[in-house]
Amino acid sequence: MSLIAILISILAILGGFLSLLGSIGLIRFPDVYGRLHAATKSATLGVISIMLATFLYFLFAEQLFMGKILLTILFVFLTAPVVGLTVSRSAYRIGVPLWEQSTIDELGKKMNKSKKKKKEKTAVE
Amino acid sequence: MLNNILMIVLVVMSISLLVCFIRAIIGPTMSDRVIALDTFGINLIGFIGILMILQETTAYSEVILVISIIAFIGSIALAKFLERGAVFDRDSN
Repeated sequence: MSLIAILISILAILGGFLSLLGSIGLIRFPDVYGRLHAATKSATLGVISIMLATFLYFLFAEQLFMGKILLTILFVFLTAPVVGLTVSRSAYRIGVPLWEQSTIDELGKKMNKSKKKKKEKTAVE
Repeated sequence: MLNNILMIVLVVMSISLLVCFIRAIIGPTMSDRVIALDTFGINLIGFIGILMILQETTAYSEVILVISIIAFIGSIALAKFLERGAVFDRDSN
């Protein structure tokens, strides 16, 4: 095995392990927000490392520079946090309950405050 | 050697896809299903990447780009639809 094959194997094994870890977190965590925390980060890092392995394989084994794979890495890296934020905000707004053992709900306090302010404004008008 | 390792990684990725699919079926709320399907799309990109190395072809490079774009757009649209009942807001306030 040459050095580049060892590098590709390490990246692929790391990617598969991280993806499996994200999926296990997806099925083991108790509420939506915890599942989002597991799925968004771990699966993204796993896919980025697998695509890096693919890029290196085609660069060194077939002397082919594939910009599309780099574009995919950039796109996944940019869009995964956006999806996490949007889905968790919509889940909170439609009233998906938190885990019953969670103790801090700072967003709930802020949203109640802004609701009260809005109500006072409409009452004054 | 590289082929055997890639086969093992392919099996691991398919187990991961199966677990995401189970969560998409049993998920108690709709948000769970949206997250599970988004993770399913992201894992599918890695699966196809491994398949590209195994078959030594570059024909799937457009497929992964399109899958990543469609997973992103679909998740955003579903989240907005669940929150407001419409994907596009018509009234300005």
